[in-house]
Amino acid sequence: MVPVDWYMGLAAALFLIGALGMLLRRNALVMFMCIELMLNAVNLTLISAGRVMNDINGQVAVFFILVVAAAEVVVGLAIIVAIFRRRSTASVDELSELRG
Amino acid sequence: MVEGVLFVIAGLAALAGAVTVVVARNPVYSAVGLLGTLFSVAVLYVLQLAHLVAAVQVIVYAGAVMTLFLFVIMLIGVDKEETRSESLPLQRIWVGTLAGGMILFAAGVTLFGDFEWVPAASATFIESNTNGTIQAIAEPLFTDWVLAFEATALLLTIAAAAAVVLAQFKRKRS
Repeated sequence: MVPVDWYMGLAAALFLIGALGMLLRRNALVMFMCIELMLNAVNLTLISAGRVMNDINGQVAVFFILVVAAAEVVVGLAIIVAIFRRRSTASVDELSELRG
Repeated sequence: MVEGVLFVIAGLAALAGAVTVVVARNPVYSAVGLLGTLFSVAVLYVLQLAHLVAAVQVIVYAGAVMTLFLFVIMLIGVDKEETRSESLPLQRIWVGTLAGGMILFAAGVTLFGDFEWVPAASATFIESNTNGTIQAIAEPLFTDWVLAFEATALLLTIAAAAAVVLAQFKRKRS
């Protein structure tokens, strides 16, 4: 059996890559994908912790996170499309004003 | 032994996909990299007996969510280069410092941290307790978590309605 530390380390690496992408990229779509990456890393830690603690509730929590992430993607992509229609850009650097 | 080999393969694939998401210039490549990562993570779920969650991951994430992403990429257009200009003073230096600090912090915690704060992490694991079949997931889902389950149903309805509203609000003005 693979020790749980390995899964935790892999999840930490995935989360870190997602966070770095969030910092380094300026395309709103790619930043959104990095959020998905971080959510998946957290899901992996929940499943691993659930296994090592002999508890099924870790998987139930992942189930809820999946649903909330799906809802988040729907609303987020709709916002990106709405911004693109008005501004013709998906770069977050050019969206520095609060007014439409 | 089999689990170790599969862990290494799926883990490396997940990391490669994640790196592709960040470094790829073309958003389509990023989306395909994310797809690879999601699929590899599903393999890791199966390795940890989370069968239902792995199936949902492939169907919902790799299926629905990635299709949505690719659809929006096609809608927005992939030929837009990212701007290189700095709109904030010393933007690049600040972000570089922050990113380097995060890498050092994560490496330090992963390599030198001791995880004694994890409660009740037992060395022996009971396979029947965490075997994530549909029945095993559904039992707590519809007893202990039933209120949260209903709340997510409401949330999904609100999200669908919000997406429709956001897609239409421009047309009123013109």
